[in-house]
Parts: sequence; structure tokens; C-alpha cells
Amino acid sequence: MPRRIVAASQATTPSTVLTYIVRRLIGAVILLFVVTAVTFSIFFLVPRIAGATSEDLASRYVGKTAGAEQIHEMAQKLGFTDPLYVQYGRFAKGLIVGSEYNTGTAIEQCPAPCLGYSFLKQNPVLPDILGRLPVTISLAAGAALIWVLAGVATGVLSALRRGTIFDRSAMMIALAGVSLPIFFTGMLSLSIFRDGLGWSIGGSFYKPLTEDPLLWFSSLSLPWITLAFLYAAQYARLTRAGMLETMNEDFIRTARAKGLPERTVVVKHGLRSALTPILTIFGLDIGLLLGGAILTETTFSLPGIGQYAVIAVANNDLPQVLGVTLTGAFFIVIANLVVDLMYAVVDPRVRTA
Amino acid sequence: MTTNPEDSLAEVGDVPPSTLPASRADKIGHRFLEVRDLRVHFPTDDGIVKSVDDLSFGVDRGQTLGIVGESGSGKSVTSLSVMGLHKKGTARISGEVLLDGENLVGASEERVRGLRGKRMAMIFQDPLSAMHPYYTVGSQIIEAYRIHNKVTKQVARKHAIDMLDRVGIPNPKSRADDYPHQFSGGMRQRAMIAMALSCDPELLIADEPTTALDVTVQAQILDLIRDLQQEFNSAVIIITHDLGVVAELADDIMVMYAGRAVEYSTASEIFNSPQHPYTWGLLRSMPRLDRERTARLVPIKGTPPSLINVPDGCPFNPRCPHTALTGGASHSEVPVLRDLGHGHRAACHLSAADRARLWNDNEGQTSG
Repeated sequence: MPRRIVAASQATTPSTVLTYIVRRLIGAVILLFVVTAVTFSIFFLVPRIAGATSEDLASRYVGKTAGAEQIHEMAQKLGFTDPLYVQYGRFAKGLIVGSEYNTGTAIEQCPAPCLGYSFLKQNPVLPDILGRLPVTISLAAGAALIWVLAGVATGVLSALRRGTIFDRSAMMIALAGVSLPIFFTGMLSLSIFRDGLGWSIGGSFYKPLTEDPLLWFSSLSLPWITLAFLYAAQYARLTRAGMLETMNEDFIRTARAKGLPERTVVVKHGLRSALTPILTIFGLDIGLLLGGAILTETTFSLPGIGQYAVIAVANNDLPQVLGVTLTGAFFIVIANLVVDLMYAVVDPRVRTA
Repeated sequence: MTTNPEDSLAEVGDVPPSTLPASRADKIGHRFLEVRDLRVHFPTDDGIVKSVDDLSFGVDRGQTLGIVGESGSGKSVTSLSVMGLHKKGTARISGEVLLDGENLVGASEERVRGLRGKRMAMIFQDPLSAMHPYYTVGSQIIEAYRIHNKVTKQVARKHAIDMLDRVGIPNPKSRADDYPHQFSGGMRQRAMIAMALSCDPELLIADEPTTALDVTVQAQILDLIRDLQQEFNSAVIIITHDLGVVAELADDIMVMYAGRAVEYSTASEIFNSPQHPYTWGLLRSMPRLDRERTARLVPIKGTPPSLINVPDGCPFNPRCPHTALTGGASHSEVPVLRDLGHGHRAACHLSAADRARLWNDNEGQTSG
């Protein structure tokens, strides 16, 4: 990943940092529009190239018994009969200034940024997504806390005890963690802890943190661990590799030659450097997860954005799919920006090189 | 050591290797650093790497010892063993490393750590990679100072700035807040020296201190090391592959080959009457101002042996042009470092007469 961070020494003043952020944000907005355009094209252009008519598309959103007349009406109502660029323009306009939707019985306002109206449920997409965001954030944040602590600690210990039984077994488990899919580990843990031991785990028990912290915690505990297992494994391997490399650096030898206690050498001099690449990956992982942990949310029936995405795709509900894609892209772009800025904080060479 | 110089010219290998040339024999037992029979072996999957074998030397405060040899001759391994920087699990170290009479081999890790940085310090070849890129130069010196001195950060900072000033860094107050990458190569090595000397160590080991530097900067750094040595009256070991570096600086020179000392004497002896074919090779491959410009440099043929598979007999025999003169001894016996008189020690099977003839012939050739 190219780090085009901060044009050098100028970035040390606050105003240039601000300029940099603004420039990156403008870039991000353009990127987000490209993302929507691509999603839009996949949804509409590809079926059209394959020979589907706007009626064929509209037939998905009417009852099974609907006649040709009803389908045509729906196609017109959803705007499928308009040229593609008009449809996309309508969507983009809604995103910027908001739009109105005729639900048949009333005209509803959809304020900007309007992600559109569900084809099937006839309701605006954004409130749906925002309503599900806390679940996704809870899942991502809790899991991240676990995987960073567990992964980095395991990685460091493994590197320091390279070749020992601890290292070998930790890396075995990590390999298993990287390889085993969530729907396997998730299902397994569900069958043991929820079905076998009767714990309150998963979506059916989920309550927001503000309503019932205890149930929030218990319903998310296993999803956290399951998701964290996958990531912790990856982080342990990365930390181990990074530490093995860093601990062979000349500056580690210098730190030892100064007479520093070994713990200071490992943490202050070794880990500090080894963590830099991990910071990048962490930012991207968090960004990705905030767009919905699809497998984990589906496995544990958690009502988050990931589950919403699955439902949206299954229903061919374009506005919902677009909304989820855009949300996911938004978080990734923001995470990228934060990571780049953090880089300058962590590594002085980035600031002034 | 009571060896009579006259006797030692005989071809007997039973003289125990002394730790120093006889020129300083009066100081035996009082040398600040004394290394006796040091062995550093690394067990690997392919066999035991004998990085250092039966090495003995010493250096006093106010003196400089130059350790010279090609890469892989065991110079750096030696210095790291003195500093106790080898990992316990990976290296097998035996022998004695006496720092002011205290044996560091087998001493507790905590004890050696307490001495590192305080009584013995080290500077490294590449000051950019040897300093932590994420911390300012000042904070790295402060860190070194505060491990061994219980002072506040402010006091330590003042000391760090003072040290930077003493090694000749302009604007030390503002430069202390710069990161290593903002320093030039020479300045970085000065900062490295400031860090090493921050606790006023009695022993300073400089491992190829000028190799990574610009030629014009090299001399400055060497001058600096000499000036600081006089100021701090410390014992200095300079490790280098370049005889030119130690020519000016060193009182004694030890030439290493394949983990062993092949010649050990005062600097003037080494330069004026070298006794080992390997030393001859090093000298001939070095450009000299007292030679005709048309005289060619003569490289030593071949490469140093693998330390897993050291040749039988003299480790230098595959590259030595004079093995025929030893009557097969150089392929069957490992030559012992023997006193050849005046405390000049060399490990060679050639007879004194042969050595004298070969060296004089060569001198005549190359300068003629």
C-alpha cells in the first residue's frame, strides 16, 4: 500500500496538516462516488448487457401473481425505464441534496445524504443502517480489543521464545485460527455454549448497551471471541514476524549495549517498531469490520450492517446494497486516512523525511 | 610471563599465549581488560561455527588496541562477547573476560548489564541503523545516561547536550531534539560516540567506527576518538578490516584470521616487521604513500574459510603461498601463537629465517 503521507517537512505545521486532511477528504468523496457508480453498474448494466429488460428487473419487486401491467407500473415507479445515467444521477442527487419518494399513499422526504429508498420495503435505507450501526460497532470494538491484546502478546512471546514449545503451539493455534472459517468456529461455539450450556449468546438475546449492559455483554461475548480468534491469529503471526525482524536490528543491539533492562529493550525499542506495520493493518481491519462483519453477524444472527447486507443482496434490493457498500467504503476511506495520519505520529521519519 | 625471547624463536609451540606483547609485560595482571582463552562457538544445524578460538589479549586504560581482520574473522564476535551481548542460548562462550579483574564470562546477566554502558561501551559501524529511528538523538543519550545515573530528566538532558557539544556537534541544544535521520553520517557517528561516552566508560569498543562513513569524515571521527580517549583516559579497542585506520591510533595490533589471533604485537612492530604471511597480505593490499604510484596492490587470493569447516592445520594454508616451506606442518598442525621476541607474537610454521627472507624480498620488490 503506497503511503503518500504528508509531503514531508511542511507537514509539521498544523495548517499544512489541515490542508492535507482536506485534500484527502475531497479525494475520499470522489472515491465514494466511483464506488457507487461501480456498484450501480454491476446491478443494472450487467443484467442489461445479458439482455434483461427493465420489466425483468421490476418483476422481482412485485408479487408472484402480478400481471404484465403491474410489472410495467413498478418498473416505471422504480425508474427502471429511464436511461441508466438518469437513474444514477437521481441517486447521486439524493445523496447530495436529498430527495422525495412517492410511496403511493404519500410523498416522503428523504433528507441528504439520502441513500435511497428500499425497492422492497419502501422505506429509506439510511435510518435502517444507522439503527444497525451500534451492533456492528459493538462487535468490531470488542473483538478488536481482544485480538490486539491477545494477538500482539502472543506474537511477542512467540518471537522471544522462538522455537520453544510455546512458540510452536501458539503458531499452530494461530494457523488454525487463520484457516478455520467463522461459520465453522461460530457454529461450533454456538452449539456448545448456547445450545449445550444454555448461555445467552447471539442475536436473539442482543440488547443495546444502554438498555441492558449485562445482556449486551453476554450476547456479544462469543461473537467477540470467535471474530477475535480469526484476527488474533493473523496479528500474532504478524507480530511474531515483525518482532523477529526488529529484534535483530542494530538499534536493539545498541539498546542492549547501553545496559537497558531486557524488558525495556523489548517493549520500548523492539515492540514500538514492530507495531508500526500492524497499525496499518489494524486501521484497515477496523474500517472493513465497521462496514459489517458479514459472516460473524450472520452466524450469530446479530442485527448489524453485515446481516443487513446479506438480506439486501438476497432480495436484490439495490438501494440497500448501495447503502451498505457506501457505508463500508466510507469507513474504509476514513480508516485509511486515520492510519496515514497516525503513521506520521508514530514514525518521525514520515513527518520530516 | 617469563618467556625468554631468545628461546621462543625455537619452533616449539608450548609457550602459553600471553595476553599482551612483552612491551607491556610489567603490567601483567593489572590490565584493565584482559581476555584469556576466549572461545565463542555457535552450534548450528550444519555443525559448530567456531567464531573465536583460544583468543587472548588485553588493553589498559589510556591505550588503544586495534583488532584487524577480514569479515568473518571473529572480530565483532569477540567484541560482542566482551560486552556480554551474545544470547545465552545461541553462543557457547568459554574462557575469561576480566574487566578490572572481574570475570564477565559466567557472571549473571544482571551484573553484566549493569556494567554495559557504564564501565564499558560500544559504538557500531552504521550509526543510522544503530540508533532507534523513532526517538530523538537527545532522548537516546538521556536514556543511556539515566540507566546508570539516578538523575532527573532535566539534569540528564543537560548532560546529553553537554556530551553532544563535546563530540563537536554544533547547536547541540536544538540538535538534541532532532531524529537520527536528520543528522548527516558523520554527525550521527559523533552522536553515537556521545551516547557511548555519556556514562564515562573506562572501556570503549569501536566496531568498524568509520566503515560506513565518507572518507573525509573518517579521519575526523578517528581524531575525535583519540582526543576523547585522552580526555577520558579510557581503554579503547578499535575493530577494523583496514590497517590504515589503526596505523595512527593503535598502540597494539592483533591480526585475526578464522577466529584466531595470527599476529599480535605493538603497532610499530606490525608495520615494520610483520611476521605472518596473512599480515603481509593485508599490508600489501593497502595503498601506501611511501610506495611508487606504479607499484601494484597485491590482493590476498581466495576467501576466508567457512568457520564450520576450518581447514586442517593452519587455517590460512589454502591462501598461503609459502606452505611448501613448512614441510607439511601447515597442513597437519594448527600453529600456536608464539612469542618471537620483544613480545612480538605470531602463529606461523615458517622458520624465522624464511620469514625474514620472504618479507625482505617482498619489501624490496614492491618498493623497487
